Amino acid sequence: MASEIEAAFDDDPALISYVAAGDPDAESTKEYVRALVRGGADIVELGLPFSEPIAEGSTIQGAIRRALEAGMTPQTYLDLVADLDVDVPLVCMTYYNLIYQYGDDRGVEPFVAAAAEAGIAGLIVPDLPVDESDPLKEACDAHGLDLIFMVAPTTTDDRLDRMLARASGFVYVQGRLGTTGARSDVSDETHVSLDRLDAADLPKAVGFGISEREHAREIVAGGADGVIVGSAFVDIVASQENVADRLEAKARELKAGAVEGAEKVPEPERT
Amino acid sequence: MSSEPKFGDYGGQYVPEALMPAVEELTDAYERYVLKNEDGFVDEFRRRLADFGGRPTPLQRADALSERYDREIYLKREDLLHGGAHKLNNALGQVLLAKYMGKDRIVAETGAGQHGTATAMAAAHLDIDCEIYMGRTDINRQRPNVFRMRIHDAAVNPVEMGSGTLKEAINETMRDWATNVEDTHYVIGSIVGPHPFPQMVRDFQSVISEEAREQIREKAGRLPDSVVACAGGGSNTMGAFHEFVDDEAVDLYAVEAGGSGLTIDEENDLAPHSASLSAGEEGVLHGARTKLLQNPDGQILESHSVSAGLDYSGVGPELAHLVDDDRVTPVNVGDDAALEAFHRLSKLEGIIPALESSHALAYLERAARSVADGSSGEQSEPGDDSADELGDLVVVNVSGRGDKDLDTVIEESDARDIDAAPSMEVFNGGE
Ligand SMILES: Cc1ncc(COP(=O)(O)O)c(C=O)c1O
Repeated sequence: MASEIEAAFDDDPALISYVAAGDPDAESTKEYVRALVRGGADIVELGLPFSEPIAEGSTIQGAIRRALEAGMTPQTYLDLVADLDVDVPLVCMTYYNLIYQYGDDRGVEPFVAAAAEAGIAGLIVPDLPVDESDPLKEACDAHGLDLIFMVAPTTTDDRLDRMLARASGFVYVQGRLGTTGARSDVSDETHVSLDRLDAADLPKAVGFGISEREHAREIVAGGADGVIVGSAFVDIVASQENVADRLEAKARELKAGAVEGAEKVPEPERT
Repeated sequence: MSSEPKFGDYGGQYVPEALMPAVEELTDAYERYVLKNEDGFVDEFRRRLADFGGRPTPLQRADALSERYDREIYLKREDLLHGGAHKLNNALGQVLLAKYMGKDRIVAETGAGQHGTATAMAAAHLDIDCEIYMGRTDINRQRPNVFRMRIHDAAVNPVEMGSGTLKEAINETMRDWATNVEDTHYVIGSIVGPHPFPQMVRDFQSVISEEAREQIREKAGRLPDSVVACAGGGSNTMGAFHEFVDDEAVDLYAVEAGGSGLTIDEENDLAPHSASLSAGEEGVLHGARTKLLQNPDGQILESHSVSAGLDYSGVGPELAHLVDDDRVTPVNVGDDAALEAFHRLSKLEGIIPALESSHALAYLERAARSVADGSSGEQSEPGDDSADELGDLVVVNVSGRGDKDLDTVIEESDARDIDAAPSMEVFNGGE
């Protein structure tokens, strides 16, 4: 049976939008998530801030720092999630140590149980490669959460096989090497990765560097089932100017691009 | 011979997927070149350590300290290695390995600047591009090393995030590596990070104990009762311990930075020390499961030490494992005791030790204080470590020389009224 997350890709290409929870405070985050959903986000990825975000570029590092300074903790995060009354699946993106330390006893189970209870539908853990993922995968299965794996441009074929054997929800295609952050083009690596995943039976969503309608269009035209956008939204949050309206407009623009990509015949301008 | 990703429950490979292929490629290269000496890698490494690095370093009987503590004290003089610290053993090994792997760019983090300097030297020696990441706080307190790196033609990238020390420098180097992983090797500076780094760095550093074990048998006719080394990440520590681990009669003391005390400022997520073996809890940081300074949620605390090279919230997974196994005893001394020890060695033995190494020497003073003149470390806990524990024959690893620390030492000694410090007053503020 398809999970709630997988089902979010059913009708048209999905927009997955990221913001860091608690940037600049929990109440604002709720308002921003609602705005993203109004704009057309099909899945919302809510960052649970960790003090050492090694996969993040400077934009999201800034968001995480602001959220931590404003006092966001795993517990207030879960409270925030439980309070959110939106109609799309919520995915928690965080680092392994926070999951591991949650609760009275060390281990991943208490966090996964609490996240499921609060309404989280899936987890993305950028510092947890497939080889270390057994305990978390087991806990996610037990509590009905998807564990979403990232496929990098450098991922070898045997690693890809191991990931696909465990992945659920969607496959997170890392569009380029490096850290998160908005860029002005779509990398060739994205196209190569999508081709490699052609036969996978999960939806494929591309992230890292997407910030504009045209990127979303090109990526979906190239075979993706969705686009993941973070830094472009976080930049709006950081500006503190008319944030909710601009988030909604940005989401609408990106969603429109993704939908356009699905209407066109694939690969018009590949080099 | 092969490699094992874990030390008991510690270690592992907790890094982003983008880095995993590089980590696997490195594991393969480590097993072939370092463990199996393919293409004569180990022979070339040893030859360069001797010719370029100046190995072996002496094991010197410290006459004044031996008299002061009424026992035989030997110093392993890693301060005499080229560059002035043990760091070259590892940096040269990894830069050479990067060449064997066909990489054309090196990145590294540095705290005290000793690892950055050693990497920049090795990169110049072996003709490969080199970029170093260093926290802003560390740049300000270890300026001579910044200049040395630049003079060796390495780029030095300041890291402004957080407290601007080693932890942030590692984060930023990992980000660079994740971006440029195809042509770049990350020369990590201690026995930390994902497998194979902790084991590989230990192997490169083990030359310290390999030599010391031979040398002490030659000079003293037997194995030592104890080996004492400071521990930040723990590379000089495991380097000095490794060949003695199976000698169960030899006690191993890892001396951590006690900073200004082992308490934790929960309000500000700040630890005024860097004693992750003594006071840390199990967790995952920078690719490995190890002992960490963290709050109950798992957020990593900012550490502190007067010595930049010890100022780190984590520690090598192998040391965490050996501590749980009761094979290594973790102890700690504070900033003031380290400063006293810095001046003591400089005056009594004519050796200016690094502030990091001064922690090992300060522990000697505390543990052997029953025969000392009473000016022992202020953080001593009566009865917890007696002179008997160190025994009659002690090897202390002097992991580096202290030239890089002079500005800090003069300023801090004055501010803290360190007894052993000479007056510098007449040299200050002259026209
Ligand atoms: C002279 C010296 N000793 C010790 C250390 C601490 O590192 P480790 O614990 O890896 O030996 C440093 C680090 O910069 C150093 O420069």
